[in-house]
Amino acid sequence: MNKILEKEHFSANVVKLVVDAPLIAASRRPGNFVIVINNAKGERIPLTIADADPVRGSITLVVQAVGDSTRAICAMEPGEYLHDVVGPLGRPTHIENFGTVVCSGGGVGVAPLLPIIRAMKEVGNRVVSVLAARSKELIILEQQVREYSDEVIIMTDDGSYGTKGLVTQGVESVIQREPVDMVVTIGPAIMMKFVALTTLKHNVPTLCSLNTIMVDGTGMCGACRVTVDGKMRFVCIDGPEFDAHKVDFDEMMLRLKSYQK
Amino acid sequence: MTISPRDAEWREELRQALTAKQRTSIPRAKMPELQAAYRVTCNHEVNQGLSVEMAVLEASRCLDCPDPQCVTGCPVSINIPGFIKNIERREFKDAAAVLKETSALPAVCGRVCPQERQCESKCIYNKMKKQPVAIGYLERFAADTENMRDHSHDEVEMPVMNGKKVAVAGSGPAGLSFAGAMARLGYDVTVYEALHEIGGVLKYGIPEFRLPNSVVDIEIQALERLGVKMVNDCIIGKTLGYDKLLEMGYDGLFVASGAGLPRFMGIKGESLVNIMSSNEYLTRINLMHAGMPGYATPVPCVDRVAVIGGGNTAMDSVRTARRMGASKVMLVYRRSEDEMPARLEEVKHAKEEGVEFMTLHNPVEYLGDENGRVRAMCVQRMELGEPDESGRRSPVPVEGAVEEIEVDLVIVSVGVSPNPLIPSSIDGLDVTRRGTIEVNGEMQSSIPLIFAGGDIVRGGATVILAMGDGKHAAASMHKMLSDK
Repeated sequence: MNKILEKEHFSANVVKLVVDAPLIAASRRPGNFVIVINNAKGERIPLTIADADPVRGSITLVVQAVGDSTRAICAMEPGEYLHDVVGPLGRPTHIENFGTVVCSGGGVGVAPLLPIIRAMKEVGNRVVSVLAARSKELIILEQQVREYSDEVIIMTDDGSYGTKGLVTQGVESVIQREPVDMVVTIGPAIMMKFVALTTLKHNVPTLCSLNTIMVDGTGMCGACRVTVDGKMRFVCIDGPEFDAHKVDFDEMMLRLKSYQK
Repeated sequence: MTISPRDAEWREELRQALTAKQRTSIPRAKMPELQAAYRVTCNHEVNQGLSVEMAVLEASRCLDCPDPQCVTGCPVSINIPGFIKNIERREFKDAAAVLKETSALPAVCGRVCPQERQCESKCIYNKMKKQPVAIGYLERFAADTENMRDHSHDEVEMPVMNGKKVAVAGSGPAGLSFAGAMARLGYDVTVYEALHEIGGVLKYGIPEFRLPNSVVDIEIQALERLGVKMVNDCIIGKTLGYDKLLEMGYDGLFVASGAGLPRFMGIKGESLVNIMSSNEYLTRINLMHAGMPGYATPVPCVDRVAVIGGGNTAMDSVRTARRMGASKVMLVYRRSEDEMPARLEEVKHAKEEGVEFMTLHNPVEYLGDENGRVRAMCVQRMELGEPDESGRRSPVPVEGAVEEIEVDLVIVSVGVSPNPLIPSSIDGLDVTRRGTIEVNGEMQSSIPLIFAGGDIVRGGATVILAMGDGKHAAASMHKMLSDK
């Protein structure tokens, strides 16, 4: 049982929860995720760790209400308990001074991107962050991203904030004006697919972080399997990060709909 | 040290009580079981267990051989005549005590061991062309009778603590048997489990109708009474690193993390929606209670299900699919029934429950609909050729004999690989080419304070072998820690 310590609404459907989890807070690294069960009859769902405070013994989760379980989690209040939180899972992000790194995040994907932005900045990269959402109120964590980025480009579908356009246009504008050594992209599968297609055109190495259906999160079930470079890989233990140019996003998107009616 | 030795006076008397002819003329007990038509509607345990009279009669069939071969067939050398003769003289508590000497989980093994290949295959009755003594049924009887007994007046013999602390990674059969053995030796034992439930494969893998969770829980509670601590939701190597365990004062670690990585066949269309591993299917249903009222975990409840494979997990999957309401359940296995690794009883039960056996067939491709869901499988007919390295005749495709069969769900049950989570997170831990942890004859790994056993060492074996490893590793670690 893990107590919810703080809650903040980022937007109508997105909340930030600070959760008591001292062991995970002490051992997690950027890129890791946890499996959460909200109540005794809940399902196991993967959520990326957006931040951690080892001193306080807490981790930060950013949750978007998309299904029954995430809706239930978003409705929970400080003082209530998540039934189970286990992790940290997945391989941590490979952090290195590549030179210039473009970090592109869509929607709630900005949350797991934040620790990577910070780590990339801390080892000396020039970090240009591209945040994208449908409209202004769906842009999250902008201030925190600004703190660790050399430049922040905001893209909105409706033009209500930043530049009107898609995340790919933001990423491409950077690639066209300066040498980019690495792109990191986290967001909806369709967004990562198009970021990957864009960067492939310019031959810029690109890392994506996948969020697939999982049960155990420890390699046991294979629900999270994706095809990467023609080979079957498990997101939970081989990932969650992969070379975005080699991921079969179309297959992944079909599999994400496994339990949609 | 053995309790109930063969030369005990009561045993000699018991041997005289009936002649061999009288004993051998008794027919083998038939396990009372639920009717197939009823049991596919629920999850109740199929085998109901022997009654006292049935068990005593069955026990009297055992000839109490001077050189009992059944014991050699048991991977952990249980004193089989010792416990059976205690059943014959109605000292059920003593029968259970003989079992507990060797086996940490007799109620489990009595249900899931492939006895026909182990103890019962060596029974003297086979030589007489008669059915062997039902050792498995009797083991279950003794363990269940003991578990149902009122324990409130028992004098609990609490071990004297020796001041040393050990950790266990994994709460399956290997981990639990290690924990029990070490606790009895006076160690402060903590078992860490990655999942939210204690029990490992006994909980997530083996279905309720074959091994009720309550049976596993009784064994877990018995360990807790011995002082063993159980911590769920904690992954050794991730939540707690090996260095952290040392910092916490642990003197040793036993890794029993199991063979958790499902294998797929790598054929076209295998990533379609509604194609999943048996691990996923069974975990959703057994551990997460998918399909039960109020539980959030989904599972496809469809009409036509194909399970690929011929092992116990494949049998568990077909039988589970029937219980989830599928009307047509096919078991697709590339060899013939003779080569199937599953327990005979599971095969029998699956057939009674209406599962169609498509032996000598192998899927070669899956076809999907416009939503990426599987709609059909292409199966290749096979025939048996020359024996392969496993000694079994290897299947070879019959040219041109490929058939398309409509399916709504495919469950792939073609084996598992060792789970790489722990091996890859502890520096300096040697693993084999197959990914199993390398251990010496004492179950000790390349890191002296780490021992390992069960499927993470064997790659995919049985509950009883895993348990035997746990016991063996406990003896070895105890020796190492006592010598220090």
